[in-house]
Amino acid sequence: MTQANVDTPSLINASPFSEFLAGARDSFPLIVGAIPFGIIFGTLAMSSGLSFAGAMAMSAFVFAGSAQFIALGLVAVGTAWPIIVLTTFVVNLRHALYSATLAPYVRHLPQRWQVPLAFWLTDETFLVVIKRYTQQPTVPYNHWYYLGSALFMYTNWQVCTFIGLTVGQMLPNAAAWGLDFAMPVTFIGMVIPYLKNRPMVATVIVAGVVALLAHAIPHQLGLMVAALAGIAAGLLVQQWGKQEILV
Amino acid sequence: MNELYLIAGMAVVTFVIRYSMFVVAGRFEFPARLNEALGYVPPAVLTAIIVPAVLMPNGESIDLSWTNAYLVGAVVAAVISWTSKNLLLTIVVGMAVFFGWQWLVG
Repeated sequence: MTQANVDTPSLINASPFSEFLAGARDSFPLIVGAIPFGIIFGTLAMSSGLSFAGAMAMSAFVFAGSAQFIALGLVAVGTAWPIIVLTTFVVNLRHALYSATLAPYVRHLPQRWQVPLAFWLTDETFLVVIKRYTQQPTVPYNHWYYLGSALFMYTNWQVCTFIGLTVGQMLPNAAAWGLDFAMPVTFIGMVIPYLKNRPMVATVIVAGVVALLAHAIPHQLGLMVAALAGIAAGLLVQQWGKQEILV
Repeated sequence: MNELYLIAGMAVVTFVIRYSMFVVAGRFEFPARLNEALGYVPPAVLTAIIVPAVLMPNGESIDLSWTNAYLVGAVVAAVISWTSKNLLLTIVVGMAVFFGWQWLVG
């Protein structure tokens, strides 16, 4: 009986556990895309100057893929730690947008839920969870769905870091294989389904063009500029659409 | 290298950013306009990450040529995603095309 619920989660039969499993299951494709990154991070960590324990601790306590990679690059060239922390702040600013987007859906939860859910908020989990919240906002156990996605991502990231630190060390030139394509290709598969109306198309076009133009701004601040420009473009086109209907 | 300070500092700033808006939203109601704007966050951020990664794989100049395996893989992935709506298929085929193309032109 429980098994049937897992396979076909419905609004009536949803339980915390079935939602937890659904969150983990729906994150699976993004996990596949994240595996190469975790392994490459582990592979590069020690040659960049982090200790084994330091690399594991960074994955365990920071848990932010792109910031961890940039930190490795900065550690390798001997950057002072406060500068790396500052860079991490800028690189992770996009998470403030994620946090704001999810906030209305988690505000009713107690602190003991909000704190861990915030800690586990990554690009991947955000994408899976926001889709769920917007499609089924009234399911009572949506936070269990979020937890399922987050814990699956987190466990996978620790395991991949460890594999990179151990097995990855033995592979010659593993980082040069072009596995860095895994992230863009995963995100392409996530963004295409959003292209259902004109405001979304405008968002994507403007964000893409501005990202290229603003690429030279240091510390990936161009990413924030591009994202905000894309959001503004979407709102503008949405506004125009409303006026057309009124006319 | 002050590894302990580095990791502690990175962990704190990352958590503060991720938790920030949960705290704010617990105290105030977001204006309707802001909620509308937040609906555009996923495609906007994703595109801002994808486009430079695909068109500027060396991080410096835009490469629109057919020898750019990132671009070829991305175009194929976009088509697969559009027609199949299947994320896993998009990733697998996109990666396969990317590796195949890199091998062919490399």
